[in-house]
Parts: sequence; structure tokens; C-alpha cells
Amino acid sequence: MRMRMKMLLLLFCCGVVFCDQNHSDPRDQRVFPVISINYDYIQMPFEVSLWILLASLMKLGFHLIPRLSGIVPESCLLIVVGLLVGGLIRVLGEKPPVLDSQLFFLCLLPPIILDAGYFLPIQPFSENAGTILMFAVVGTLWNAFFMGVVLYGVCRLDGGRLASVDLLSCLLFGSIVSAVDPVAVLAVFEEIHINELLHILVFGESLLNDAVTVVLYHLFEEFAHVGEVSAVDVFLGVVCFFVVSLGGIMVGGVYGVLAAFTSRFTSHTRVIEPLFVFLYSYMAYLSAEVFHLSGIMALIACGVVMRPYVEANISHKSYTTIKYFLKMWSSVSETLIFIFLGVSTVAGPHAWNWTFVTITIVLCLLSRVLGVIGLTYIINKYRMVKLSGKDQFIVAYGGLRGAIAFSLAFLLSSDDFAMKDMFLTAIITVIFFTVFVQGMTIRPLVDLLAVKKKKQSKTSINEEIHTQFLELLLTGIEDVCGHYGHHHWRDKLNRFNKRYIKRCLIAGERSQEPQLISFYNKMELEQAMMLLESNSSASLSTASTVPQQRSRRTLNISKEREEEIRKILRANLQKTQQRLRSYSRHTLMPDAEEDDWSETRLRKQRVEMERRMSHFLTVPANRSESPAVRRGRFESDSQVHTVRPSVLVSVPVSLPDDPEEADGSTQSRNGGAQKPDGLQDSRGRKLSVKFALDVEEQKLPRCLSDPGPNNLLEEEELFYQKD
Amino acid sequence: MGASQSGGVHMYQDLADKTGFSIEQIKNLHNRFKYLTQDEDTLRREHLEDINNLALNPIRRQIIEAFFDTRNLGQKEKGCLQEIGFEEFVTVLAFFRPPKPHIAEEEKKNMKKEKLRFLFNMHDTDNDGVITLDEYRRVVEELLSSSETIGAETAKAISDAAMLEVASVTVGQMGPDEFYEGITFEQFMQILKDIEIETKMNVHFWNLDTRTIQCGK
Repeated sequence: MRMRMKMLLLLFCCGVVFCDQNHSDPRDQRVFPVISINYDYIQMPFEVSLWILLASLMKLGFHLIPRLSGIVPESCLLIVVGLLVGGLIRVLGEKPPVLDSQLFFLCLLPPIILDAGYFLPIQPFSENAGTILMFAVVGTLWNAFFMGVVLYGVCRLDGGRLASVDLLSCLLFGSIVSAVDPVAVLAVFEEIHINELLHILVFGESLLNDAVTVVLYHLFEEFAHVGEVSAVDVFLGVVCFFVVSLGGIMVGGVYGVLAAFTSRFTSHTRVIEPLFVFLYSYMAYLSAEVFHLSGIMALIACGVVMRPYVEANISHKSYTTIKYFLKMWSSVSETLIFIFLGVSTVAGPHAWNWTFVTITIVLCLLSRVLGVIGLTYIINKYRMVKLSGKDQFIVAYGGLRGAIAFSLAFLLSSDDFAMKDMFLTAIITVIFFTVFVQGMTIRPLVDLLAVKKKKQSKTSINEEIHTQFLELLLTGIEDVCGHYGHHHWRDKLNRFNKRYIKRCLIAGERSQEPQLISFYNKMELEQAMMLLESNSSASLSTASTVPQQRSRRTLNISKEREEEIRKILRANLQKTQQRLRSYSRHTLMPDAEEDDWSETRLRKQRVEMERRMSHFLTVPANRSESPAVRRGRFESDSQVHTVRPSVLVSVPVSLPDDPEEADGSTQSRNGGAQKPDGLQDSRGRKLSVKFALDVEEQKLPRCLSDPGPNNLLEEEELFYQKD
Repeated sequence: MGASQSGGVHMYQDLADKTGFSIEQIKNLHNRFKYLTQDEDTLRREHLEDINNLALNPIRRQIIEAFFDTRNLGQKEKGCLQEIGFEEFVTVLAFFRPPKPHIAEEEKKNMKKEKLRFLFNMHDTDNDGVITLDEYRRVVEELLSSSETIGAETAKAISDAAMLEVASVTVGQMGPDEFYEGITFEQFMQILKDIEIETKMNVHFWNLDTRTIQCGK
């Protein structure tokens, strides 16, 4: 069935290709044409959509074949598909489209980089920044020059067709091929789940070496054009490198700050918040590209700078939107890139030269290994956590080349570089080699070498407390020693951030929020879901009321459920607004205080809870009331079903002690819903009311029995209407 | 100072063997010690409190106390000293030494245990071997004290939740009449086993040129 669909689609593709020639002219006919074909009108968008559709269907297809996706990384499969499609097009007599460099650099690459930059884990990145920079800058330079020079030597020795390749061309070729490609690295590394350190090392290197590649590329291209090199030019080249990288970062930073500042005022127009994020980032990329600065670094800087402030300002729905759109675009882009690589392979003019190609592949591997070993030797002197041999191997082996190299080579002008076709062929071969051979074998190698995998468990609140405690402790010890180390500067930066920057860029009181509180908030919600999930007739023995220091609980939650819930929640929760005494409702002590709730906090929590509800269909209590399931897709606003809010929410709220606080009205609202004793709290009732009000299709009976502020209902309705 | 040079070198060597620092590092630390104490022989709490940067640290009290805590100094009796010498100073700082690259698994575990023990001692202020709810609460309060908008109830709630979590992780199901006393050291180790203490709780000791650095004093 799947194969049939694919065949149909491919045939359709070809049909599309043929349609090119159909210029129907309706005016020629005598009779009024009821149906006429005007393909030209929609040709361009139609073909684009068709390609994207093809890419997405391929992606779908792969994941339905379970064993295949376990062995072969997706990128390989996509290239193969591209080859097939290209072959098909060629067989049909058409000229297959080549990966247009402008399309690649302006449309396909930015989403991937933005996705990577926006979700870049800052902590490990900044801890290993020195290492990453060393690999990115020095490593790439070494690769480029080593390859260029040795290749030149080989060409000289070989004679024949290769004799005409001069040093500059070789150096240019070396600089194009030596850069580790972020797209390929992402595609492969995401599937093997190695530990964070290695992931960030290779990935960070692939992102940051863009500056070096850009400089070298333009440098050598310019030299080749001009024809001669002087010492001043080389010096200017070095200066250019700094300008390119720092300039790119600055441009990104400026746009990031602008985006953060804009997001401060978007509280009334929530729907277009994601748009600002995307637009500012894209503008940063384009602005950098205008001046030949490093667009990738600009994009990353923009994402990194704006993220903490934007996330504090925007609504939860916008956060979800941003996240999903970025993932979607980057996924589609990646798929398209690999497919086009395959197609371009079939299409492009090829000039195969055994010597050149094999030497290139060998040199790539060799220079990478030597570079990594040499650099690690130097770096390990300055690192606290040394890189072991296994780590070095993975870093070296993970240096995959990809589409950026191809596009850069494609951009070369044929007059300056007579051997352009040979270069292209060689680059494509290298890409195929790294993606196929290295990509496929890296997973079994990781298992074989028992490289540490990504830590699966999520942090508990204890770990969070102690991590923060440790951070402060280390800062203190550094101060005692008089040592201005990593912690000291980070502490200073945080303080500066808190006092000045957050005031400007974050709206309202959120600027005062300490991290521990937001973490705790997340945990609260997690607990909520945990208790909900565990058929919360679960034994919740109440605390003793008398001694304040004792608390006893038994929580009967299965560990896997807990993990599931935590995973999803942790991955998606956003910081919520803090209020001074909001926590008293969660206190386990009998003297819990009444609290006044802020509306936004309620709304946020409610929104988050709703999102989570989709994963946790079940209402723990009475199934006879047929709880409806709310779909998780936030887009499907019209299909929102309801779910039992009150049980959900009331549970976490009051782990508590007073059974007599059980609210009669909520009981009535839930009909026969069973609620554990002592789990009602006046505040719990309030929160559940918000849920009930929020629901569009009131499938639950008697949901509105509770009075509550009505403006929440309006706001929510308004939101949904705008969608 | 010249006469005691040779004696000083011996002392350095002994300390280096005991704590694992290199001679160079011990020398630097000694310079720092002399700077902090203004060339006196012993270090007192006031000397540490005078450090400007430390004043901004919310947990400075506990950090300072840790230096004078006899448990960290390997002494048998529990209590606090009023002043410490250079040897004790270095002993405490040795807890933050990074692990050597090729050490055995056993040694790594020992190191981890020692560091966790240090942390535990910092929390367990009354020396009873258990971190009670009150003590934990104080810890959380101090962590949050840097933010002015937080009150005591917040800290209470957070520490309650944290204790709850420790209880559920380590003890599991408890009967309806049991009370949870507090966190013992074994439980402490258990809940923090996922944080790689031996790699995180380290301070670089290699560029401690204290005379030339502008120390806040």
C-alpha cells in the first residue's frame, strides 16, 4: 500500500514534468471551455509544494518501516530517494533540477540553523566554549591547509589532467571540503543519543566553523580571481576572519535584543508573537549575508540572545508554536536538502578522476584524525574533564560533510576554476562517503565502544537545589582562593543580567523570578499529572497535623508513568509567572494560607495543564461519565473536547490535610466523579473552575456551577476566535 | 622567611602528599592564605568575611563555616574551630581538587563520596548525621534569599516538596504511622548519584597568582 502510494506519487511527479509542455490556450476553442488547463499559472508553487510533499511522505514512510530506520540513518535513505527520483526524471528525458545555491542558502539552511541556535543548550556550550572554538577555528584551518597543500603535491606528482590544478584552487577546494557540516551532523547525531558533551562538541564545532569557511572561501576565490597574492592580502584575510565572525555575532545580538524588546509589548497580540521571533532571526541572517559576514553565527547569536527574554514574555501557546514551527521547518528543510543532494548527483556534470577522488577521501579522514588528536592534546592541558581516546574518536568520526560544501562548490565560477566539475564530483563523493559509511557505522561503533549515552532521567528537585547550591559554593570557593574562574564570571554575568538587562527586556514582574522557583513550579505541575495519572484513588495518606516538622507521604506511582509524564512535562513546560505567596497552597503544613491568584498565572497553568491532558486521556475516577479527550494539537482549536478538569487540578493543589475542606459544590459539579478524600481545597476549586470555564464545547454537565471571574472566559474565547 | 625556606619546602611536600596538590599550587595557596590573613598565622572568620565578592554570595555563611568545621578537617570530635592554620585551609580546599585523568574506579568513587560528605556536612549544621526538614528549609531559604520577592512560605514549600521526594525515592512506601526523620548520608548519596559530583565540584587551581590579581578586599 505504501509502495503503491509512492509509485503513484512518483508518477504524478513525472506527469507534472510533462505538464510543462502543455500550453493550452482556451481562447482557441469555439465552445466555451468548461474545463481548461492552465498549468503555467500555478507551476512554480505547485512544483515546490509537490517536492515538499514528496519529502514529507518519504519521511513518513521511513518511520513506518521499523527495522530500516534503526540501521540506516534517515539522511542516507533520503539521499537514495533523491537518487531514485533524479534517475527517474532523467529516464523520462527531463533535466533534473540541481540544488540551487541561492535556494539552499536563503531558504533551506536558515530554518535548520535557527532551530539549532534557538534550542542550543547554553550551559554545556559555554562550559566547553574554548574547546569548541579551538576545534572550529584551528581545526578547520588545519584541515583546509593540510588538504590543500597535500592535494597540490599529489596533483603535481600525478601529472596528466591534474597538472593544471594550481595551488590556489587546491586550497580553495580544501577549505570547502574541510568544514564539518551542521545539517549532516544533526541528522546523524540526533539518532544516536550520545552524551551531551560529545554532542555539543561536534555540533558546536559544525556551527562555528562557518566563519572560517566563509572567510577562506571568499579569500581564495578573490585571490584566484585576481591571480596573485601578497602578504598584505594574507594579513587582511586574518583581519577579515575576525570581522566576519565578530560582526556576525554582533548583528545577531542586535537583532536578538530587538526581538526581546519587541516581545515585551506583545501581551495584547499574542497570536503574532512567534512571527517576531522568526522574522527577526531571518533578518539577522540576511543582514549578515549582505556584508558577507557569517550568517550562521548571526542566526545563532540571535537565537541565543533572545531566547531567555522572549520565553519569559510570550505566552505558552506562542512558545509551543515557535517550537513546533521551528522543528517542522528544519525537518522539512533537512529532508529536502538530502533529497536534492541525491537528485543533483544524478543531474550534475561529472568529471571523475580516480586519483583525485580517492586522495580527497583519504586526506579528509587523515587530516580530521590528526587534527583532533593534536588539538585534544593541547586542549586537555586546560580542561578539567579531559577528553578520553574514545571521545576523540567520536569527535573525529563525527566530522561529517554535507550540503554546504556542495553548494559552496556549486557557486564557484567555471571560468576561474576549470576543474569545477572535478571538484563537484569529488565533493559529492566525500559527502556520500561520510554520510553513508560514517553515518551508518557510527551507531554500532558507539555501542561497541560503550560511549556514554545521553542521560535519560530528568532532574529532580533535589538535584536542582543541589546543583544551584554547588554553583554558589564553587563561586564562593573561587572567591576565597582569589581565582577568577568560570564560575566567578558566570556569576557576575548573571548578576548583571538580573539587574539591568532583565528589567528592560522582560515585561512585568517576571524579571524577578529566580530559577529555583520556576523549577519548583514545573515540579508542582508534574506532581499534578503524576497524581492524576496514578488513578489518584492512590493512597495519599495525609500528613499529621500536629508537628510541623514531620511530613509523611506515600505516593503510589509507577515509575514508568512518572518518567513518561516527567519527560513530556519537562520538555515542554515554560516558566510561569511567580507570585509571592502562591506556594502556600502547596504547603504540606496544616496552616496553609488562603491565597489570591493572579489571573495570568492561572491561565498559564491551565493552558499548560490542558496541553498535557492530551497525553493523559484518562480521568482517574469515574469512567462512566465518558470523559472526552482533548487533542494535543494546539492547532486543532475547533476540535477541542473536554476533559475532567476539576479532578485533575484539585489533586495537586492540596496534598492535604483537611478532609473537611472538601467542597460540596465541586462534588456536585462532577456528578458521580470519585474524588479522593481530603483533596479539595478552596483554591483547588478555584483552579478547576478556570478549567471548566475555559472549555469551549461544554460536554460536561454542570461545569459552570461555580462562580469565578468571567474575564478569563472572555480572554480565552477571544484567543480561540483569533486562531 | 628565608630561614624557614627549607622547612617550608618540607611542609609543602607533606601537604602535597596529603592533599594531592602540586608544590606549585601549595605555594600559590600559601600566598593567598598570607594575603587573606594579612601575614598572620591563623585564619579567622573575619578574614573570610572581608572578601568583597563573597559578601554577595547567599550561602557565604555556610561556606565560611565549612572551613572551620572539624568534620571536614578529619578530626574526630564534632564542633567548630575558631581559627585554622594553613594546613587546615589546604585540607578543606582539597575537596575541590579535580580528579586526576587516569584514576581507578575505586578512587573515583571514594572521591565522590568525600565530596558528597563535604556537601552533607554543610547542610547538617547540628552534626547529628541527618538533614532534618528545618535544616533543609534553611538551605532553600538561603538559596532564594538573593531574590527579594520571595518569602518564607515559598522556601518552606519547596523544601517540603524536596523532602517528600527524597522520602519517596529512598524509603518508598511508608506506613501510615511512620515519620520521616530526615536525610541520612546514604540517602543523600543516593539522590545525588546522578549529578557527577566528581567532575562538577572542582575549582581550577592552576592559575592562582594572587599577588597580581585584583582581589576584592
